[in-house]
Amino acid sequence: MNRVLTTPVSEKDARALKAGDVIYVSGTMFTARDEAHKMMLERGSPLPVEGLALFHCGPVAQEAGTGWEILAAGPTTSARMELFEAEFLRKFRTRIIVGKGGMGEKTLAALGEVGAVYTHFTGGAGALAAKAVKRVAAVHWLEELGMPEAIWVMEVERFGPLVVAMDSHGQSLYKDLSVTVGKNMEAIRARIKGGN
Amino acid sequence: MNLTQELGRAIGNAATILPPDVVRSLEAARDREEGPARVQLEAILENVHIARGGRVPICQDTGTITFFVKAGTKFRHLDALVRALPEAARTATKDVPLRPNTVHPFTGKNPGDNTGRSIPAITWEMVEGDGAEVHILPKGGGSENCCALKMLPPGVGLKGVKEAVVEHVVSCGGLPCPPTVIGVGIGGGADLSLKLGKKALLRPLGERHPEPEVAALEAELEELINASGVGPMGLGGKTTVLAVHAEYAHRHPASLPLGIVVQCWAHRRATVRIRADGKLEVA
Repeated sequence: MNRVLTTPVSEKDARALKAGDVIYVSGTMFTARDEAHKMMLERGSPLPVEGLALFHCGPVAQEAGTGWEILAAGPTTSARMELFEAEFLRKFRTRIIVGKGGMGEKTLAALGEVGAVYTHFTGGAGALAAKAVKRVAAVHWLEELGMPEAIWVMEVERFGPLVVAMDSHGQSLYKDLSVTVGKNMEAIRARIKGGN
Repeated sequence: MNLTQELGRAIGNAATILPPDVVRSLEAARDREEGPARVQLEAILENVHIARGGRVPICQDTGTITFFVKAGTKFRHLDALVRALPEAARTATKDVPLRPNTVHPFTGKNPGDNTGRSIPAITWEMVEGDGAEVHILPKGGGSENCCALKMLPPGVGLKGVKEAVVEHVVSCGGLPCPPTVIGVGIGGGADLSLKLGKKALLRPLGERHPEPEVAALEAELEELINASGVGPMGLGGKTTVLAVHAEYAHRHPASLPLGIVVQCWAHRRATVRIRADGKLEVA
């Protein structure tokens, strides 16, 4: 399946996604890294986010004329947000997480409870991401958190490709792959031992 | 000659234009992959195309600026070159622009111009001749965090070297943004093995080490690591590494140092050659 989802994404549409699907997102996406997760859980969200896409990203932004422009916006390592994500999903019901590297068991369980997916965006593809950002709608907590940690609200068009890596049915490409790699490594070790 | 300006331009080229050998290698990887792995490589190649067209950085992590300089013992512009290298980093930071990536380890302060104590990192090598060659290698933090030093007991031999490289690279999974390029430095000592590993990255992809034993090790390591199935971005696939390059130095009888240097798919490089008459050639 290769399709475009427009925000706000419904629980039904999020539950229809399966690990391995490739999707694109149009609509509203907001960034949150460690600090923003923590602060949103403490204070509440500065904007309604149910059904939106949450992006693990600290963009390079530049003030241009009437507003902000995003120059590069690749994903950051999602594992750091494992501390907050399950509670975050239950509280805010964002339906699509965008990041890289995958997340842990607590997040996987919360995805199933809430009806949401974790998607992987290509690490390092900062120029490709910035091209899909049509407008910066708002930036929250910039003074307090600084450019990388602030909440950037972006209007995006066909943001992707995003690989659904963890779905609401308990499937995780990362979990499956670590089993496969483990098996492959047994054969590789045997080859090295038997070689010259 | 305007050395600073030309070096600054070359740093800008490195940040925005991926070398053709790396692009070819990524294209070949795309052609043999399918599913999520192919999607990742297509996104990477589209990103490379956008960056080159718009002259914007390939990745938001524009790296630590690293120079490898081969200077002829009769090269007469050494003085100008020493001054121009950090100045070029400053120029490029403003012009491209690059992300300021130098943080004081004690105060946390960032000068904002990609320079600082011992940075840009410069490795000098004296060679015969009257010209100089400056290799530029901006290196991102995610892949640098995956570099490792193993002080192996010499008794494990080359088998032990192979095992250590494969285990380490596979254990990194998707963290260094694969498909990666791996520089392996064998022997010399703890510091030299890592330096050799990093220097091995300067060799164009597709070019093997001139000595057949070393070339064979490179090919075998590529095959073994790619058999792991880690794949592009750690999502599974046939291409975990684009290449493995190895270099070596003689070792102490009691030591077998192994430096493993990991470089992300955005293997950015540029070269500036300075002739005896001061004429410059940017590649």
